[in-house]
Order: sequence, then C-alpha cells, then structure tokens
Amino acid sequence: MGKTRITPKVLHDEHKFCAGCGHGTVFRMVAEVLEEKGLDSKAIGIVAVGCSGIMVDSFGIDWIQAQHGRAAAVATGVKRVRDDNFVLTYQGDGDALCIGIAETLNAAIRNENITTIVLNNGVFGMTGGQMSSTTLIGQKTKTSTKGRSAELHGQPLDIFNLLKNFNVAYLARGTITNFKEINKTKNYIRKAVEAQLNNKGYSMVEIVAPCPTNWKLDPVKCMKKIEDEFIPYYKLGEFTNGEVI
Amino acid sequence: MKKKLMKGNQALAEGAIRAGCRFYAGYPITPQTEIVEYMSDRMLEVDGNYVQAESEIGAISMVYGAASCGYRAMTSSSGPGFVLKQEGISYIASAELPAVIINVQRIGSGLGDISPAQDNYILSVKGGGHGDYRPIVYAPSSVQENLDYTLLAFEKAEQYRTPVVLLSDGAIGQMMESVRIPDMQQHDPNKFEWALKGKQSGKNKIVTSNMYYHEQDKYGRYTQDAYAAYGRYLADKVKNIQENEQLYEEKYLDDADVVLVSYGISSRICKAAIETARKEGIKLGLIRPISLFPFPNKAFDKLSDSLKGIICVEMNSWGQMVDDIKLAVNGRIPVHMYASSAYIPDEDTIIKMAKEILNSDAKEVL
Ligand SMILES: Cc1ncc(C[n+]2csc(CCOP(=O)(O)OP(=O)(O)O)c2C)c(N)n1
Ligand code: SF4
Repeated sequence: MGKTRITPKVLHDEHKFCAGCGHGTVFRMVAEVLEEKGLDSKAIGIVAVGCSGIMVDSFGIDWIQAQHGRAAAVATGVKRVRDDNFVLTYQGDGDALCIGIAETLNAAIRNENITTIVLNNGVFGMTGGQMSSTTLIGQKTKTSTKGRSAELHGQPLDIFNLLKNFNVAYLARGTITNFKEINKTKNYIRKAVEAQLNNKGYSMVEIVAPCPTNWKLDPVKCMKKIEDEFIPYYKLGEFTNGEVI
Repeated sequence: MKKKLMKGNQALAEGAIRAGCRFYAGYPITPQTEIVEYMSDRMLEVDGNYVQAESEIGAISMVYGAASCGYRAMTSSSGPGFVLKQEGISYIASAELPAVIINVQRIGSGLGDISPAQDNYILSVKGGGHGDYRPIVYAPSSVQENLDYTLLAFEKAEQYRTPVVLLSDGAIGQMMESVRIPDMQQHDPNKFEWALKGKQSGKNKIVTSNMYYHEQDKYGRYTQDAYAAYGRYLADKVKNIQENEQLYEEKYLDDADVVLVSYGISSRICKAAIETARKEGIKLGLIRPISLFPFPNKAFDKLSDSLKGIICVEMNSWGQMVDDIKLAVNGRIPVHMYASSAYIPDEDTIIKMAKEILNSDAKEVL
C-alpha cells in the first residue's frame, strides 16, 4: 500500500482556483504548515482582492478581506491588538508589490511581527492577465501585448533587493515546479511562521507559481516557463541580512 | 469627574481614551496633529496601541484590522488626509464594523492651507468613499463637545456597526477651554460575537463586505433576490439611523421671525448674534445641527410657515449645508446663505441680513 496524503482539516471545501493554478498548491502548503504548528485555531489571515480572495471560501481560519494592496497595514492593526494570534497575509504580486508596495515595505521597515506569503505569477490573474510589477522583460500580457520593455515599463521588481536591506526576521523565495522545490518552499513557509512565533518580526515568503489561464499554457509547460524564464531572474533561496532564526 | 484646561484636539483624544479606545493609528497634518502627538504618549500610559502609520491609507487600514478584532479603534486627519481615508471607510462600512474617524477641517481644496474652515461638509456627510453607505457624522462646537461626542461616536459606532465621523474644525481643535473629564470606561473587545480572535473552538469567521451575507444560490452566485435583500437591508439601516439619531440644539424657535442654521464653530457666533439682535427687538432663533447625518429634519418640521426666513451660516465660500436645509423645509420657508469664506462669521453681517429679510429686501439663495 502506498502512502495516503491527508488533506488538512482546515481546508473544509474544494478550492475554486483554475485547474493547475499555483494558488492551489501554495494554499495547501500554508494549510499544512498551520495545521502542523497547531495554528489553525489561532490564525487570523488577511487577503485582499485578486485570486487569493477566493481562498476564504475553502480555507477555514478567521479572515479579513482587505482593500487592494492594504493587507500589510490591516495585519498591523490586527497583530498590535491580538499579539497572541498568528497573523498572516496571503497576497498576489499585483496586490503586495504593485498597489500595496508602500504598505508592504513599511510593515517590513517597522519589522511588524507578521508573515506575508506572496504568490508571484507575473500577472494580474483575477482581472484577466494584465502586466504586474513582476512581469518579465519580453513577457506578453493583456497590457504589454508586445512584451514588457524596460524602456516603457521599467524593470521587473525583485522585492528582496529592497527588503534584504532592512532588519527583518526572515525572507525566502521558493517555487513549486517539482516535489523537491515544493518541499523546500514548504520549509521556507515553516521558518517564516516560526519567525513570528518566536517574536522575531517580519517574514515574507515569495513563491514563483503559474497562472495557466492567463499565461495560456498547460500546467506542465507553465513549470518549464518558470524554470527557464522566471528563476534566472527571481533567484530562489533565503535572503535575510538581518538576524535569521 | 475632573476639570482641566485643554486644547480641543487633546480633549478629543482624551475622550477616545476615556471611551476605552485602545488602538489609534495616525499621520500628521495640521490642524489635527496634536491628536497624533497626544495619542503617541497616552496610549503607552493606558497600555494601548499607537502606530504612526506610513500614510492616511495605512492608518485607516490599521483601524480596519483592529476594529475587526472588536477593539475600539480610531484615526484622525484633516481634509487632504481625510479624503485618503475614504477607501478604508467604505470597507469598514461594508464589513459593518464600528470605528471612529476624526476630520478636523482646514481650509481649501487641493493643499489649501492650515487655517480653520467648514468646507468638508459634503466630503464627510455625503460619503466620498465608494458605494452605498452613510456614516453617522457629529459636529461638536466646543472643546467639551469634542470630548463628549467622541464618546458618543464610539457608542453609536457599535450600536449600528458603522463608521462614525467626528467633523470638528481647526478653530475648535486649537482653542483652549475648561473641560469636565469623565471616568475611564472599560471596553471588552471579546464581547462581540463578530470579533475575530482566531476560530478557537467553533467556526471560522470572515470579515468581508456585508453583501456576501445575503443569500447565494447553490453555486455560490448572488441571485437577483440576494441583491434585492442586500439593498433592502442597507435602506433599513439608513432609515433606522435617520429616524432615531437626529441630534440638534434649538434656541428661541417658538417666537423667532428669522432662524439661523449653523453647526460647529460658526454656531457660537450665531448664539451671540441672537442675543445682540434680541436687544434690538429682532427675534432671531437658532437650529444647530449636531448630527449632520442624520440631518435633524425634525427641528425644521416644527418651524411655522409664517417664518420670514432661514439663514444658513457656514465658514466656506458657497454654502455646503444649504441643500440639506432646503430639503428639510421643502419650499415652505425662504432660505438665505451667509458663507463667510475663510473668516469666522461676524455678528454684524448676520444681523444686517436678518434685517434685510424682515424688510423683504433680501434675495434667496439659489
Ligand atoms: C482599488 C482596486 N483597484 C483595482 C482592482 C481590480 N483588481 C482586482 S484583482 C487585481 C489584480 C490582482 O493581481 P494579483 O495580486 O497579482 O493576484 P492574482 O489574481 O494574480 O492572484 C486588480 C487590479 C480592485 N479590486 N481594487
Ligand atoms: S486566473 Fe490565474 S491566478 Fe487566478 S485562479 Fe486562475 S490560474 Fe490561478
């Protein structure tokens, strides 16, 4: 008999993401880590708009649905009053790194004791695949139909180039292209969670993951695109200069 | 109850502390900065939370988070900053959370300037954030009232689960008066069934737009019925507030020939003008709206059709409250406007206008 994978109990319903979407894998990993740490009854999560907003229907922790980009500030308000609770934000790149970059950076600068999970799929998924801060040079989207150009649109944003200069607790970037990477990424999430539990301050895990619907590629080709195009630019690993747990 | 000489902004901040507010996030802008400064110290003394936010948007978002957890939470600003808060106020209204937001008015659109004015009436009273909501709005007219109505704001915010705006202004914020300081109230953030604390034992909770509480079909789609139910729910909430929460002060309405309508700092000049005018035999009265939403229509219902006129007295350039007065009297009584612009209204102009109305020389405001 093979091993049976048990779905975390905190996931009480089928998720509603597109087939092959990175959110499916990532939110499952987050659920597993929360359950492993006994945090599902203590967690308060903040999502905003974007496809991550769909997860509140199937992911059974307390949630606040914040304004687009403001999750880190909402999380600040929550953590300051409920410091015994575990507080996380779960965001897309458009949410955390475009519209919400001020809130994200300032939460990190204050070293708020919160954990941010950012799913970087290089597009605005929910609104139909427009360009994001993280869209790669040459990548075609609905609002960069000839491909992103540095002259017209600026360089893709590697948020860790900024965050690693601050005294934050933990930063790591992973992906989900294969089991090995999934396990590594899950370990990053685990460490980010522990950083908060040990009152070390701000932690972020960015996960490079596919949006098959808007990349217009099947899930297998998506994984190859991540390996060939995204990972050379968005380097994987742990990045913190500040004290690492 | 202690008595103390305090600045309006400080009295307001102390009112919040006395109400049991234990979360405040702010960002400096004149003429409300004393609130930010006062809270940065005072919250430490009462073991509360103060955050100097990165922006007004950050501050209101933090309030959204703390309010979701059942805490009494507040933020404050002035015109250019208050407008940035509207995004968050709309979300707080939609999620039906209590929160208190202060707007200490300064003059001008754009950057304007730091001197006091009453030109944020429309912004604060008619909304500004997106969607179908109406915050309760109180307009204090003294340092004492800055404190008292902050306490009431927290109470009503919780009763109706709505953001409440305190529309003060730079003059009241900066002046010093003697205030009675009430005892400290205790607030238990865990007493609300809707407050987030982690699901512990039982079901998880989701703070989101109240639209989503209305019925969905088996595919999770919102049906026409659900949208209609949502609309009815919002309408009832607004009607309920309109019916039960009108607050105003009246003076000499029984025998007045001309009635002044004025709120906040301007109403104080009106009170003085009434007494001066009465010495000359000119019978002036006053309606001072304290709740700007709901507008105190009940006070206007009492006015007799034979009243010679109403003068709206406001410190802005064209009269932002005058539309509400006209609706309240519904054409029964002529409405005139004294918009004193950047200057505190003066008694002489008020009395001169009243005389013109009595001599039938005055033109109604369009
Ligand atoms: C203030 C505001 N602006 C724009 C939108 C529309 N909007 C919804 S989702 C979204 C993009 C989300 O992209 P991302 O955060 O990358 O998440 P994804 O859907 O890719 O997971 C936008 C622009 C909004 N809801 N609110
Ligand atoms: S649009 Fe993209 S990000 Fe959104 S659920 Fe579908 S695949 Fe996932």
